[in-house]
Amino acid sequence: MTEQQAGSVVLSFDNVSISFGAVTALSGVSFEIQEHEIVAIIGPNGAGKTTALNVINGVYEPTGGTISYKGEVRKRMRPHQAAVQGIARTFQNVALFKGMSTLDNIMTGRNLKMKSNLLMQGLYWGPAQREEIEHRQVVEKIIDFLEIESVRKTTVGRLPFGLQKRVELGRALAAEPEILLLDEPMAGMNLEEKQDMCRFILDVNDDLGTTIVLIEHDMSVVMDISDRVIVLDYGRKISEGSPDVVRGDQKVIDAYLGVTH
Amino acid sequence: MTEGKPLADTFPRLLRERVRESGDRPAVREKKYGIWQTWTWREYDLVIRIFALGLAEIGFSRGDKLVLIGDNRPRLYAAMASVQCLGGIPVPAYQDSAAGEIQYVVEHAEARFILAEDQEQVDKALEIREQCPFVQAIIYDEPRGLRDYDSELVLSFDSIEERGRQFAKRDPGFLDQEIDKGSGDHTAVILYTSGTTGTPKGVVLSHNNLIITSRHAVKFDRIDEHVNGLSYLPMAWVGDNIFSFAEAFVAGFCINCPESSATVMQDMREIGPTFFFGPPRIFENLLTMVMIRMEDAGWIKRTMFHYFMGVARRAGGRILDHQRVSVLDRLLYGLGQVLVYGPLKNTLGMGRIRIAYTAGEAIGPEIFEFFRSLGINLKQLYGQTEAAVFITMQPDGEVRSETVGTPAPEVELQIADNDEVHYRSPGVFLEYYKNPEATAETKTVDGWVKTGDAGYVDDEGHLRIIDRAKDVGKLNDGSMFAPKYIENKLKFFQYIKEVVAFGDQQDYAAALINIDLEAVSNWAERNNITYGSYQEIAAHQQVSGLIEDCIAKVNKDLAGDSHLRSSQIQRFIILHKELDADDGELTRTRKVRRRFIREKYALLIDALYSDQQHVAIESEVTFEDGSKGAVSANLQVFNLQTLQSTNEPMAAAS
Repeated sequence: MTEQQAGSVVLSFDNVSISFGAVTALSGVSFEIQEHEIVAIIGPNGAGKTTALNVINGVYEPTGGTISYKGEVRKRMRPHQAAVQGIARTFQNVALFKGMSTLDNIMTGRNLKMKSNLLMQGLYWGPAQREEIEHRQVVEKIIDFLEIESVRKTTVGRLPFGLQKRVELGRALAAEPEILLLDEPMAGMNLEEKQDMCRFILDVNDDLGTTIVLIEHDMSVVMDISDRVIVLDYGRKISEGSPDVVRGDQKVIDAYLGVTH
Repeated sequence: MTEGKPLADTFPRLLRERVRESGDRPAVREKKYGIWQTWTWREYDLVIRIFALGLAEIGFSRGDKLVLIGDNRPRLYAAMASVQCLGGIPVPAYQDSAAGEIQYVVEHAEARFILAEDQEQVDKALEIREQCPFVQAIIYDEPRGLRDYDSELVLSFDSIEERGRQFAKRDPGFLDQEIDKGSGDHTAVILYTSGTTGTPKGVVLSHNNLIITSRHAVKFDRIDEHVNGLSYLPMAWVGDNIFSFAEAFVAGFCINCPESSATVMQDMREIGPTFFFGPPRIFENLLTMVMIRMEDAGWIKRTMFHYFMGVARRAGGRILDHQRVSVLDRLLYGLGQVLVYGPLKNTLGMGRIRIAYTAGEAIGPEIFEFFRSLGINLKQLYGQTEAAVFITMQPDGEVRSETVGTPAPEVELQIADNDEVHYRSPGVFLEYYKNPEATAETKTVDGWVKTGDAGYVDDEGHLRIIDRAKDVGKLNDGSMFAPKYIENKLKFFQYIKEVVAFGDQQDYAAALINIDLEAVSNWAERNNITYGSYQEIAAHQQVSGLIEDCIAKVNKDLAGDSHLRSSQIQRFIILHKELDADDGELTRTRKVRRRFIREKYALLIDALYSDQQHVAIESEVTFEDGSKGAVSANLQVFNLQTLQSTNEPMAAAS
């Protein structure tokens, strides 16, 4: 992974700021994300990590600075557009359709790629039928990839949390994203589930070539799987580099342990 | 098979026969991407041939061994046949073994080639690379996560097939020449027994061993090419080798590989196998599941279920055995078939079963009768790896729960002076690989094999197994002590998962008990008992009462048996952790490793034979990834009343 050829820059933040009323969530943050890498964003609580992800997929509009995606400066942005452009994400607290099966949940991830209209889909006729079969094939490959065959038809609400996280990852993958944003993919998992999740993230990055940006609190996970780490504190970037560099950075240690200024 | 022509005596020749006679019939099915995908015998044959040529291309030659590690995948079965085509020997290993266990097999078999199902298994193979430098190729089936691996050593199944196709173009006649060199007395497979003691032994079985016994078995229970089997048990186990490979080749039926080990039950429902094989615990789990669900069902369903199960107990087994049943019962059974048995069998995926076997351990009479009363033709058989499975089988109409049947065709049976069962048959193994001492110990020069099991033949000629011959001991008062017999009796209660009984050279019998978490937690839920962990529920006052009741029932039973009256359990401890193969307490086939447990839990055993009321223990647990942790607990020792005869209480121990 680390030896992977440094790809071209796919997303860059240039001096990005965002504030909500008097609270500044991000101030003057700049970084670049390259193709095919796994980047972790870390930092203490309230550092602005989730805000950064929300800015990337267009939930929030930055109040200052510019974001470029694939070389183009982004103008007004909506989550829907971000999705169309190939950015998918998972959430800190899983946001699945609890009453639907694993299969159907992942199928919703294909929604953007469906061409037939609601009526045709409802009738399940002609091109709509062919399309459904094609999408189902993609979804089945994801189910196989994430090893969730045994819960294919199980209602998601009945699954343990670790598996729900996996289904959510599956739904994000169904959109065939170029960038995958993962908000605390390991939260609330036990050791074994974490190891499984790590393996899936590495496999996604490796086999599908997806660029991954993740927020994670479990430092051993972060140091293990990321190519690069970005550290935020109070909305500012305080460090950036390979896991080893960041680990030794005094500013990072101070931010985590707290120092009196 | 026509008269006069010699019967095929090796698997590759059987395969030719299959392609000629039923090339378009299904041979293997696998659920992939949610859909059942089928290979006909012709397609199966093609995969086998191409892969064989690919192997030859990378240097696999006569006598070479291929170690297979993985779940039941069509390509893994095909690879076994490929290896046999080249005069090589397939050596399947247990897929959940740790790297160290794999290393033993690879080293001992001197295997230059390994076929691993996926990344997990490839990693194990790579881990032992330094200890086994002679390994020349590690081939994988499932490519996920393996892209960055060393391509010199680690090769994909597809790439081997590609080489095979090139080879076929160059020299189309090569493989048939190789197949013609084969002979029935050549080694067909080496199976490493997991063994309850010591290091594993490699049982060498010839083509004749497997094919002749399979022919007999297929004829005995009328298994034909229309049968559908489910391949879900470890390939390293002789049972799977016979039922998913040898018998399928002989009878030409189709085997079905489940999507993953977690989906077996769903896949079974979809396939509706007509032929099923499982160790007793599978049937036990199914019964427990049915009973738990029925407890949770509404009262109409529950009442109906219990009423018709009563009818089934009365009439079901008799109908299956073609015995006389009253007209009323026959009518009620018919009604029950529509209302209860049919839907239930459907849910279990057993609606179409023609024949089901159970073996490996004793099965609880209630479990056995339950399935038979539903009209499922479940039979016991007694066998071992060294016999290519079959020693005794149960003929139709003579199926009993306490005995394991009469000798299978061409099997001779003898009971030695120490009650040990000996046999001689065409299935008797050639030798233990590279272990002439062990071979000589087990197999006499004239072909008799010692099973290590103690048993006797009853008046009807049926064999009854009591225990492992070496485990049968004596209590200090001189009476016989058969631990397994007692353990099995206890394990038949749904709340008890595992038992280890002690008593040899002691004053009385005592036991360590493992609760069955699923059954006990369900019971706890119904009785409003809350708990946070396995340890907490196991130590719960009411749970120990529950277990005590079970043991009291067994004691009452034992009191009625003049031989075993002294074996009543007087003291017991409920363990704080589940016995686990990862901790070395069970074998990979989930049999208790008595000696190991005696050492590991010496503290507890001492407590059983003292008057202590509590005992503190700390024990090591191994997690699935190999890391270790410790659990500590303060366990209570319980006393039980024993009975003189069936109704007269005797003084309690100590």
